[in-house]
Parts: sequence; C-alpha cells; structure tokens
Amino acid sequence: MGAVTEIEQGKAKANLDVFSSTLQDLAQHDRDIIVVTSDSRGSGKLAPFGQKFPEQIIEVGIAEQNLVGVAAGLASCGKKVFAVSPACFLTARALEQIKNDVAYSDNPVKVIGISAGVSYGALGSTHHSLHDYAVLRAINNIIVVAPADNFETEKAIQLAAKTDHPVYIRFGKKAMPLLKEVNDDLFEFGKGRVIAEGNDVVIIATGETVYPALQAAKKLKEQNIAAAVVSMHTIKPLDTSLLTALANKCKAIVTVEEHSVYGGLGEACASYLMQHAIFKPFRIIGIPDEYTVTGSQQDIFNHYGINEKGITDVALGLLK
Amino acid sequence: MGNLSALTPSKDFSYKLKNMTEKELAIKSIGYRKNILKYIFHANAGHTGGSLSCIDILNVLYNHAMNVSPENFKSPDRDRYIQSKGHSVEALFVVLAGKGFFPESDLNTLCKYGSHYIGHPTRKVHGVEQNTGALGHGLPISAGTALAAKLDNRKYRVFTLLGDGELPEGSNWEAALTAAHYKLDNLCAIIDHNKLQITGPTSEVCNTNPIDAKFESFGWAVRHVDGHDLNELKETFDGLPFTEGKPNLVIAHTIKGKGVSYMENVIKWHHGVPSEKQYEDALSELDNAMVTIPDDF
Repeated sequence: MGAVTEIEQGKAKANLDVFSSTLQDLAQHDRDIIVVTSDSRGSGKLAPFGQKFPEQIIEVGIAEQNLVGVAAGLASCGKKVFAVSPACFLTARALEQIKNDVAYSDNPVKVIGISAGVSYGALGSTHHSLHDYAVLRAINNIIVVAPADNFETEKAIQLAAKTDHPVYIRFGKKAMPLLKEVNDDLFEFGKGRVIAEGNDVVIIATGETVYPALQAAKKLKEQNIAAAVVSMHTIKPLDTSLLTALANKCKAIVTVEEHSVYGGLGEACASYLMQHAIFKPFRIIGIPDEYTVTGSQQDIFNHYGINEKGITDVALGLLK
Repeated sequence: MGNLSALTPSKDFSYKLKNMTEKELAIKSIGYRKNILKYIFHANAGHTGGSLSCIDILNVLYNHAMNVSPENFKSPDRDRYIQSKGHSVEALFVVLAGKGFFPESDLNTLCKYGSHYIGHPTRKVHGVEQNTGALGHGLPISAGTALAAKLDNRKYRVFTLLGDGELPEGSNWEAALTAAHYKLDNLCAIIDHNKLQITGPTSEVCNTNPIDAKFESFGWAVRHVDGHDLNELKETFDGLPFTEGKPNLVIAHTIKGKGVSYMENVIKWHHGVPSEKQYEDALSELDNAMVTIPDDF
C-alpha cells in the first residue's frame, strides 16, 4: 500500500471497532437496540457490548438460519435488531431467511456481515463473501451498504438503527484511514460520496476498496490526470444521478469492489449506463471468476490489482 | 445470554378465555371445511388435504385459545399466530375471514391475478403476522417473537403451526434449541401430524419419529392430542404453559383430508382440486355431518 500520513494512521480504526462502539452508544439510550449473535461476539468485537448490556444481546449459537429468523421475530415486535455474523455465512447459509423472513416480510432487521469480502483472506473461500452484493441486489426490499471508512461506518449504523426497513451492512476488520480530513457531508443511504473531484476518469469504489482508489487518484494526478473518486457505499439502491453526472463529464469509468466481478457494483453501474445510452470506456476491477488466491486481504488485493498500481494502470489503459 | 435465562416464566396470562360451546365450535369447523373446499374449487388451486387436517386446530386457536381479533391486531399484547406450514393457507384465510379480518367474499379472488389472497400467507392480508411458505421458517421467527415478549415483560403467547413433513428442515431444530435455552414457555408449537407428505408417508420419506422424545430431549414440554377433538384441543391449550420455563409442543394427530371421506389419507389430495361432482359430494357429506352434531357433547 502507498504511504499513509501520520494523521491518517492515528485516526485509523477498523470499521468493525467503530461498529461496536457506535452500537454501544446507541444501546446506552435505547433499550430496544438488540444484538443477535451466532457465537460471533468475539469476531464482531461485541464482548464489551455484551458486558455492558447483557439483556440486549441474544446468543443463538452457531446457527445462522436461526439467527436471522429469531432476529426477524424480534424486529416484528419493535426491536431494533442487529443480526451479526461473518458475511460469508450470513448471506449464504441464511440467504432464504434474509429473503423471506427479513426482506419479503419487511421485518426491519439490520443484517450485519462482518469480516466481509476477503477479510479472512488466508482462511480460504469458505470464509470469503464475494457473492453478497450479487445475491442481495436480486432480492427486493433490502438496502445493501459497504461503508468505506470509520465515518461512513458510524453513520451507516446510526442510520440503520433508525430505518424501518431491512438493511445489509458489510465491512472488514482492517484499520481504515479516513477518506476525508473533514467529514461535514451528509451521509444518506443511496447517495454516493464524492471523495475527489476530477474530469478525466471517474473511479467508483465501495467498501474497503475506496482507499486504494483514492491512492490511485493521487498517483494519476502526478501524471496530470484528474480522477474523480466516489465512495459508492450504497450498492442498492444505486445513486444513479451521481453516476450519470460523473459518467457524462468523464472520459472513462473504473469501478472497484471487494466482490466477484459478477453481479456487484461494477455490473450495477454498467447495466444502468448501457440502458441509458451512456457509453464510455468502462472496466470492472474485482475478484475474477476463479478459485480465489489466498493470503492476507492485502495479498489478495495485490494479486488482483485492487491497489494503487492496479487501479492506476486500468485507468491509464482506458484513457489511451 | 446470561441474564435472559433468569427471566421469570410467564404463567399468569391476563387474557381470559372465551367460552364457545363444543357445538358452536363444531358448527364452525364444518363451515370452515365447506369454505376451504369452496374457495379451492373456485380458484382451481389450493392445498386441500393439509387445510382440512389443520382446520380444527385453527378453529380452537382463533375461537377459544388466542387473544387476537381485528380490534386488537395492532396491540403489542395480542397473541400471535405464525403459520409455518404456509401452504395450508386456505385454512388460515377462512378462519381470518370468519373472525372479521376481511370480508369473506374477498376469497373469491384466491390465487387470481393481482390478488393479495395468494397461495401462502402474506401480510398484505389483514390478520396475517408473517409471510411464510418456505418450510422451516416459522419456528425461528416464533422463537424471536416469544423472546421479545420476555424482554419486554409482556404476557402474549406465540402459536406456530408446523407440518410434520417440514420437520427435517434443520432450522426447526436450531430454533428448538434456542426456545429451550431462553425458556420460552410463552411459545407453543403445534405439529399438524397428518403423517403424509407429497411423496408419501412421512415415516417413509424421512422418519422423524419419535417426535415427542426428540423435542423432550431438546428441553420442550410435549403433549399429544387428537387434532380433530375440539374439546381435547381446548383443554390442551387451556393448560399452557405445560411446564414453567419450557417451550410447549402439541403433537396434534390429524387426518389429511379430514371430513371428506374420499379425501381422507389419500395423498393426491395434498393439492388436489375436486371436480364439480366431487365438490358437491363433499358439501353434502359435510352438510350431513352438520345435522348430526349432538346438542351437547
């Protein structure tokens, strides 16, 4: 990874840690905040929550289908329920419960996929979630969110607690520097955040790939190429007005995601642009359809070009 | 986990049960059966056998045991009914219509284009608590709903109807563990044990017997009941919770297709639709049964 300034390093916490502290802040003032876990309070950094609010945490054991079903029942009675489990299990094993008990029945569960994408890099494909955007995009009535940094994570959790409809939020466990020095912008589901301005190429990224996208933009600037960077934290509903505006003024578009290149942010953008006759050189950076290489999250990112150099090279290639 | 297990079981249900006579309930059951057949016949679709096997259970739940009505349906203290065996939706719809949740004539649109009265329970229909249809979902949701009562110290109970054919779904057993762990004695699962599923006898498809011993070993209090004996059903539900601190299971022994002799225990009526002649024969059999209901029994 490229250089991270000292200030950024000082501020950097894992989104997971911010999730945990934000939930504690919320629970302090609201007894209806309930966390449901499947032996995941350790991996979800929820042990302190459990100690402080023992009556607001429900443990169901390693049983993800039941986790989501129980969460749906609690939510139907007015509880603000955060169902927390590794994204890989939650959105695959319990997909039918998310589809029926949460989305179809409109029980406002906050489905929280922890250690998402390739956060569990070396543990292999059983523990990767590279399908979650794709499957959840195809299910009606659930918002799909991947916050990029601590600011977005805090806002997403606060907003989810207030939302009367199903939300899926996924994040990783690596320390994520703040994307902006000052976070005074509004955070809303379905509204992308412009992190950097530029008219040559637009890099639309989500979750933990926004930071390398920003690094790539800095690199491109050294070559006098102005890259816009968007944190498209909400994959569904997609901010199509921002997408349209940026696509119209740029010469090329790159999307970046910690997800299969099939069915995620990139294909959502491509589909919208093509159906609205906005044709620009376009490339999706993500995990290709193959047995995913293993190693740390960063190793995997480097392998597939989800880093400063990879994104820079793709952008340059499109602008040639 | 810790503190929740220490919550006191909810024994004192403030709701006082209504007293409908056996005869009144028996008349209702026959009327429901006729309506199930009527709307399935008109829709040319439906799960006939299973609706007829569970209808007496729903009758006693809605007209005797449960504190739920159109008037209190928005109250957080109402009793909940969640139908895990969603395919027997016709039984639920005719009972909800009978309770006044919606005009019975709405059921003329059953399974028609654009109707809310579809082949499985949906919350678009007034009185339905949860959208179901995929099997193995009712018990986890019901456990969560019962848990919410414990957290809020509310006295409502949660009833959920399972088919015996859906017991192999693993999610049932996950929820069975949770319900016992959290001492959900305000949860009552009822198995419509008609012993048949679409492929054949449940014991041959995937033998789940003994059901009682399995649930008992999971920490549940179990009762067997004749699922067509209205009096026995009343007494069983009156006895809730069976054991303080334990979730309740009622294994209701039923007959698939009950009430229409040519349908009883015949697999093809799982979702068979009667011909006009068969429909008329069924109605006259049920009308005869109505005449022979004793005055008091």
